[in-house]
Amino acid sequence: MDYECVIGLEVHAQLLTYSKLFCSCATTFQADPNDQTCPVCLGLPGVLPVLNRQAVELTLRTGLAMQGTVATSNRFARKNYFYPDLPKGYQISQFEEPLIEGGCLNIEIDGTTRQVCLNRIHLEEDAGKSIHGENLADPNKSYVDLNRTGVPLMEIVSAPDLRSPAEARVYLQKLKTVLEYLDVCDGNMEEGSLRCDANVSLRPVGTETLGTRTEIKNLNSFRNVQQAIAYEMERQRGVLENGASVVQETRLFDAARGVTLPMRSKEEAHDYRYFPEPDLVPLQIEPEWIERVRQSIPELPDARRQRFVSQYGLPAYDADVLVASRAMADYFEATVELFPQPKIVSNWVMGDFLRELNQAHHRPDEAPVSPTRLAELLRLIDEGTISGKIAKTVFEDMYRTGKGAGDIVAEQGLVQMSDSDALREVIEQVLAGHPEQLAAYRAGKEKLLGFFVGQTMKATQGKANPAMVNTLLRQLLQ
Amino acid sequence: MSSMRPIHVLREQLVSGTLNAVALTEAVLQHVDAVEPELNTYVTVTAEQARQQAAEAADAFARGVARSPLQGIPLAIKDNICTKGVRTTCASRILERFVPPYDATVMQRLQAAGAVMIGKANMDEFAMGSSTETSHFGATRNPWGHAEYVPGGSSGGPAAAVSAGLGAAALGSDTGGSIRQPAAMTGVVGLKPTYGRVSRFGLVAFASSLDQIGPLTQDVHDAALLLQAIAGHDPNDSTSGDVAVPDYTEVLDRGVRGLKLGVPREYFVAGMNAEVEAAVRAGIEALRQAGAELIDVSLPHTPYAVATYYILANAEASANLARYDGVRFGFRAAEPADLSDMYMRTRAEGFGAEVKRRIMLGTYALSSGYYDAYYKKAQQVRTLFRQDFQRAFADCDALLTPVSPTPAFRLGERLDDPLQMYLADIFTIPMNLAGIPALSVPCGLTTDGLPIGLQVAAPPFREDVLLQVGATFESITDFHTLKPDGLPVTCKGDGYGL
Amino acid sequence: MSDGHIIISEEQVAHVARLARLGLDADEQRRLTDQLNTILTYMEQLSEVPTEDVEPTAHVFDLVNVYRADETGRRAGGTSLASQEAALSNAPETEQHFFVVPRIVE
Repeated sequence: MDYECVIGLEVHAQLLTYSKLFCSCATTFQADPNDQTCPVCLGLPGVLPVLNRQAVELTLRTGLAMQGTVATSNRFARKNYFYPDLPKGYQISQFEEPLIEGGCLNIEIDGTTRQVCLNRIHLEEDAGKSIHGENLADPNKSYVDLNRTGVPLMEIVSAPDLRSPAEARVYLQKLKTVLEYLDVCDGNMEEGSLRCDANVSLRPVGTETLGTRTEIKNLNSFRNVQQAIAYEMERQRGVLENGASVVQETRLFDAARGVTLPMRSKEEAHDYRYFPEPDLVPLQIEPEWIERVRQSIPELPDARRQRFVSQYGLPAYDADVLVASRAMADYFEATVELFPQPKIVSNWVMGDFLRELNQAHHRPDEAPVSPTRLAELLRLIDEGTISGKIAKTVFEDMYRTGKGAGDIVAEQGLVQMSDSDALREVIEQVLAGHPEQLAAYRAGKEKLLGFFVGQTMKATQGKANPAMVNTLLRQLLQ
Repeated sequence: MSSMRPIHVLREQLVSGTLNAVALTEAVLQHVDAVEPELNTYVTVTAEQARQQAAEAADAFARGVARSPLQGIPLAIKDNICTKGVRTTCASRILERFVPPYDATVMQRLQAAGAVMIGKANMDEFAMGSSTETSHFGATRNPWGHAEYVPGGSSGGPAAAVSAGLGAAALGSDTGGSIRQPAAMTGVVGLKPTYGRVSRFGLVAFASSLDQIGPLTQDVHDAALLLQAIAGHDPNDSTSGDVAVPDYTEVLDRGVRGLKLGVPREYFVAGMNAEVEAAVRAGIEALRQAGAELIDVSLPHTPYAVATYYILANAEASANLARYDGVRFGFRAAEPADLSDMYMRTRAEGFGAEVKRRIMLGTYALSSGYYDAYYKKAQQVRTLFRQDFQRAFADCDALLTPVSPTPAFRLGERLDDPLQMYLADIFTIPMNLAGIPALSVPCGLTTDGLPIGLQVAAPPFREDVLLQVGATFESITDFHTLKPDGLPVTCKGDGYGL
Repeated sequence: MSDGHIIISEEQVAHVARLARLGLDADEQRRLTDQLNTILTYMEQLSEVPTEDVEPTAHVFDLVNVYRADETGRRAGGTSLASQEAALSNAPETEQHFFVVPRIVE
């Protein structure tokens, strides 16, 4: 039988706030465990939560950008379960009444655009972190750090609209890009500021009823998402083809082995006993606030890509690559502003610049070469001060040292030689220094022109303007 | 026993210099030493800190800068209110050694007012009880009735401390009657403020949508002073009301002429103690004679109060008490075999029987398949309680009722019958369900010499009306001056002899 | 103590105790089953109250939209100890500034 894979993703995005969701502890992580905690996020007896307004604002921004509906009235609920990194024994989350209902995200897959629906976006607090046993000290213990506890998370729940591991990956990549554009999440999967769980099930092609699903946790890279779902699809197919049924369960992805495994702790059938959080009052988002947030939504990647094509005349491919990262697209535009030749800028940004970034693991805004510096370099080429070839080494030096192009060119004496009197003098010396080759040339071996060009470039350490060298050589050899 | 005087009297003496703040605190501490073995009102006595605070107050008086009415006044603080650096146990083994690194908002306000804390007063474990017998640190005894009776609960320690003069006043907490019922049973004044009037920040939660901190005092004037100090909006408590706090002492001598006082018929039921009923009815009649107009009102859902309350309160409690897991603070069972064993035994050994019973009930009421039948149903009935009171207050300014159907009972008498214990709260619970303020004032003694309380309830944020009615009642009676030896300190007679 | 009316079975009591992480011995479990049945039987009177179309009350007053500004550093309740020291000061077991528990099995 042919099966169709049905996938829904639950993505947890850490919101870019200064303070935690319900207390004023900082959200930037300290190296030292439990250093960024207070009685509130530690869940000490007697403490009460007070909601961070900015976390609501960022969730509204996300929901509105994805065409979701802001629930006019929504509230928080307690989700009850015991875990050592969950201080209160319950997580403050949203259950029946999420902040955002519905919404969608367009993804491009195989050259066509598909709309993926969202079920909801809600706000909740993060739990802490546990280090297990031998990774710290005693293998029979776990070590709990609550610095992360209470950090605001936005949970974005997609409908089961995805049909393949590749689609799931593309959806997640697109979501990350959009969140970056909205400035609501830094999208760093390695550090856990973007986390993904996948609900996966199979059903016979052509049927509507959903099959039994499993939930896969621990997907901390795009690659893992695709791999884990692909593995899980095959596993479920195997189960079904053997006439057995898929067990509804939570599985963990083991990235090292590329497999999903059932969680060992047989948590008794989850009964989270949700009920309205009595310590927080309901939210009624004012229409004015919604309107203000709507106005503040920046240009999103799809719109920006179209603009890059129409405004700058860039090829669609360039536009795609550039807008995939907001910081990259910003970098491009800032450079074009100073050096208005978009295609040349695009070539440099996608080429040399991106290569250096990747090697150094830098974000565009962390790069030692700012748009101003890159524009300066491009102007030097444009004005003929340096050659395009030398510019490449100059750029590497700029990236390495953080110096400006003009300084490097001056320090290393890389200014292109375009003074015809000086060049004529060099060429005359080259010809005088190679009488045999000169004679051979004059005897008709015209291929030796290249030899004289090479010698001239060598004598000028590559600084000679190649076009001028050619012209002068031909004159002198006549 | 003691002849502790009310705060407003002590204040005059402290200001005039006839009483020294250090001497006052020393006298209370000595009295505590003498009486504690019998009554067990305190879990922790903070003598050293009290002496230091008293010295600071004395200094303020000497320099003429003692402006707060609470400066140098010795207070008992219920042991579920967090005190920085002083263990806060909730009378539970699980918090026996818990020392909060922070102060409850009310403690910050009391400290700013220059009050002196004598110690942390005993209570039912996690405020779950009506007799102060479920304390891990032993039962508190009622100063009345030769220490053979319970002081009520759960604020039995604070109530008994005020009654016995082991503090000029106290802070307690009230979730279903935990201030008013022990106040009635120990012959002191107890006020449960409107939900949201006093910050809950730092009050160890029992049932978050019902809990309120409030004063237990020797008279209504003192209740006004103490409420004044702790009331008001707190940005650390999202449920705290941003409602202006009036000057509560201004209303004390207004009398009740022209006030309409409702008497709900459902609060006088068959089976209630005849002496209690008689005393409460006499009190109501006294207020009528003082000029109030009495109105017959109905609060039809009253019989469902206990069922509604025990579902809601315990459901919230089951979540609020999940944090006692032996990970970050508090008791942890010895040598756990694994994580699950640590949880199961820590909570089994750390909590007492009543707390476990309530966690079980609350967990069950929230669990899958039962939520609608129990929790949601109780929330709906809670709406009906709010509507009952809204309707009643359309016709009257305040309500007059008994506090408890019975006077104090003997130690151990109801411990084996949880339901009977719960039913004793039927007249105090409805105010918590509706969030409205209520006051208990002494209105008589039984033939056994046990105090009886009259309850006054008012619309939300109208504590001023409670105080107005209560102060008027005190002006025409002298039950509030009776002391536990059964002898009135300032006057003798039948209570209406003034 | 129960009047024989069974609302919650001993097995359910065991399940609820597990959810609440309360270790009960056999005696306690039996006694609690009895007591909970008595109490739940009493609670059943709520079913007499008609509540169709009655909104549930989660909060007694109509307070909405309470927020704090996104600011760091204001430690509630005047915690003055260094936060890490305060955090760990009541812990039953710590190591290298972590809280320590028996190993978590995932």
